Amino acid sequence: MTEWFNSLPAGQQFALFSLLKIVIAVFAVVLPMVAYSVVAERRISAWIQDRVGPNRVGPWGLLQPAADGLKFILKEDFTPAYVRKVYFWLAPAVSMVPALMTLAVIPFGTKIGDQRAVISDLNVGILYTFGIVSLSVYGIVLAGYASNSKYPFLGGIRSSAQMISYEIAMGMSVVPVFMLVGELNLTKVVEYQASGAWLIFKQPLAFIIFLIAAFAETNRLPFDMPESESELVGGYHTEYSSMKFALFFLGEYAAMIAVSAMMVVLFLGGWTLPFAGLNETASTLGIGLLQVGIFIGKLLLFMGLFIWVRWMLPRFRYDQLMDLGWKRFVPLALANIVVTALYLYFTLTK
Amino acid sequence: MQEILFYIFSALTLLCGLLVVFNPFSRNPVTSAMFLVLTIISMSGLFVLLKAFFLAAVQILVYAGAVIVLFLFVIMLLDVKEEERRRYQKFGTFLGFAAVTGLAMLIINTIKQSGVSQALTGDGVAETKPLGKLLFTDYLLPFEIVSILLLVAMVGCILLSKREETAEAEAE
Repeated sequence: MTEWFNSLPAGQQFALFSLLKIVIAVFAVVLPMVAYSVVAERRISAWIQDRVGPNRVGPWGLLQPAADGLKFILKEDFTPAYVRKVYFWLAPAVSMVPALMTLAVIPFGTKIGDQRAVISDLNVGILYTFGIVSLSVYGIVLAGYASNSKYPFLGGIRSSAQMISYEIAMGMSVVPVFMLVGELNLTKVVEYQASGAWLIFKQPLAFIIFLIAAFAETNRLPFDMPESESELVGGYHTEYSSMKFALFFLGEYAAMIAVSAMMVVLFLGGWTLPFAGLNETASTLGIGLLQVGIFIGKLLLFMGLFIWVRWMLPRFRYDQLMDLGWKRFVPLALANIVVTALYLYFTLTK
Repeated sequence: MQEILFYIFSALTLLCGLLVVFNPFSRNPVTSAMFLVLTIISMSGLFVLLKAFFLAAVQILVYAGAVIVLFLFVIMLLDVKEEERRRYQKFGTFLGFAAVTGLAMLIINTIKQSGVSQALTGDGVAETKPLGKLLFTDYLLPFEIVSILLLVAMVGCILLSKREETAEAEAE
């Protein structure tokens, strides 16, 4: 096996390792994480509302995702007669894929063995993630259009306006981060934080804007206007059933994971911890894995925050949402850019 | 490998671009918009082959991620059943193809005469930093002019949409 592997040219070795990383990252890490964040959401919500929650399937209800998955697959996949079929099928897939693609540029550690712990170390990493995240709106818009009925349509329209608005705030909020780092490469961003303070301390305003915009981008409460069940039945996925509905559901959690991973990398120092030499490149396999563990730990912290906030805050009204995005966050983010630029100008010219 | 990818991406760009304006299977404007998204994604694939990663990412971010979503927004709000029912007119189709062929001939001849026969390599300014520096030094004037143009367009949009509102309010 190793002989055969070593006989391959470098390009093919690289391709094989990349494929391996993608398969492991998606099927062994992200998808189980998606499944268990659904369970976590239900258990935490039960805890917040003083209920028991799902605790019947397996020990402590830990086999719940398996039961749910089976249920989703076995349920009747009903396609209403009046929908636009092609888009009706396309939309669930389109809503799931971008979230998974974003993870390609996230550095989740330093080194595991001889391999670097990032699938693709792009020089424009952050722009790539923003580009892919901006594509995720199509899943919802197409679902709203394909369903060809009122509530999904309203959900689709709302989400396209909401996501475009908050993308602008989100994009502008990270500009000061890259002014400080001087690179768009996410690995460099983590290295910058490894040698100094985390960017959450240097750019608290940017972090807050980014965090809130992240809630809006993933359509989570208090910004879940596209589905808001009390007024739009189920919003864009009203007409969907069985596994197609499940894909929207899982896509939302995958998007949460992707955006949490971005926040960990941009503001919480990625895989670093400022003690015990954990903010240096791993020399052994154990430390390499430990750093991946640290990264996932920080990521779970954000997932917990997402779930906690959902069960604590009421929903915004739509005009409040737009006000907040355009009249508060965009000017604040612009001011933050100017202040950071002035700071850099005065410190660098001295 | 690079060459094969180039042909794949250019073929995709051209094919999807054709399907935006001339799709024999569907007259639905949403389908056209979605093919426009595919065109732009294949074009950014071409940019990646030229090592212009910044342009590729911005292409997807701005066009696929925002502009065409707004197209869809408008298409979905308008009633497009009329458009779906319309047939292609033979004369219009012929004229369209003739115009495109003429333009293509013109471009090909220009390229031949200019002597640029070798393939483009990715040696131009592609990285984000040098690109930004160029924009703010050598190309500062065009850059600022474009900025002002965009600003004027934006102010114009706001003015037009606002004036209607006040006119309605006065009429009431």
